Amino acid sequence: MALQAIAFYLLATVTLVSGFCVVSARNPVHSVLFLILAFFSAAGLFVLLGAEFLAMLLVIVYVGAVAVLFLFVVMMLDVDFAALRQGFATYMPLGAGVAAVLAFEMIAVSSVIATKGAGAAHDSPMASGTELSNAETIGRVLYTDYIYFFQAASLVLLVAMIGAIVLTLRHKPGVRRQIISDQVARTPKTGMTIVSPGSGEGIGE
Amino acid sequence: MTIGLVHYLAVAAVLFTIGVFGIFVNRKNIIVILMSVELILLAVNINLVTFSVYLHNVVGQIFAMFVLTVAAAEAAVGLAILVTFFRNRGDIAVDDVSVMKG
Repeated sequence: MALQAIAFYLLATVTLVSGFCVVSARNPVHSVLFLILAFFSAAGLFVLLGAEFLAMLLVIVYVGAVAVLFLFVVMMLDVDFAALRQGFATYMPLGAGVAAVLAFEMIAVSSVIATKGAGAAHDSPMASGTELSNAETIGRVLYTDYIYFFQAASLVLLVAMIGAIVLTLRHKPGVRRQIISDQVARTPKTGMTIVSPGSGEGIGE
Repeated sequence: MTIGLVHYLAVAAVLFTIGVFGIFVNRKNIIVILMSVELILLAVNINLVTFSVYLHNVVGQIFAMFVLTVAAAEAAVGLAILVTFFRNRGDIAVDDVSVMKG
C-alpha cells in the first residue's frame, strides 16, 4: 500500500508540474516536450488505477502521434514566439484568480463525492471484470453495446484526416505531374506520326 | 493513508485548472492554447477512468477512448488550420484572426 502511495504521489507531482511547465515555458518546443512528459505520467496513473489498455493507448496516440504532430508544427513555423508572450503578465492575476476558484470548487465537489457518492458505493477499485484482462473487458463491451459509437469514432477520424489533407495540400504551378490515364490511353495512332521526307530534306518541324 | 477516489479527482481538477489558466495567460499563442486544450481533455480522461474504476463500470473507460479519438482529430484539424493560416499571413498571432471572416 505504501508503495502504491509513493508511486501515486510521484506520478501526480510529475503530471502537474509538467502540466504547469507546458503553459509557462518560454520556448514552445519545451512546452511540447513537457506535454509529452505530462501524458506519460498520466499513463502511469492509469496503470496505477488498473486501466492498462487506456494507458497504452495514451502513450501510443498522444506521445506517438499528437505530440509529435505538435513538435513538427512548432519546429516548422518560423514564428517570433517572444512577441506572442506579450500580455502574459497582464492576464496572469485574472487567470490565477479564476484558476484558484475553479480548483477550489472542483476539489470541494470531489471530496464530497468521495465520501457520499461513488466513493461510498464500492470500497475497492476494479478496472476489469472478474477473471478478465482489462483489454478483454473493454473489448467485450465496446464491440457489442457500443459498436455504432465505435464506427462513428472511425468516421470522425476519417473526416479529420481528409480535412487536414485538404487544408494543407497545395498545388504548385509549373510542376509536371504524371497523368496515368493519359499514358494508358496512348495508342500507336496518337503516339506516332509517319512522315516520308523527300531526299536531302531531312525531317523538319 | 491509502490512495482513493478523491486523490485522483484532485489531480484531475488541478490539471483542468492548469489548462484553463494556460488559455488565460497565452492569449496570443495559439499553439500553447491548443496544448492547454489537450491538457483539459487529459484531465477529463483521468476523471472518467477514475470513476469507471471506482464504480466498477467499464463504460467510463470506453468513453475515455472516444474522448481520446476526438482529441486526436481536433489536434490534427487545428494544426492544419494553423499551418494554412501561417502560409497566408506569415504569422500566427491570434489577435488578427478576425480577418478570416467572410
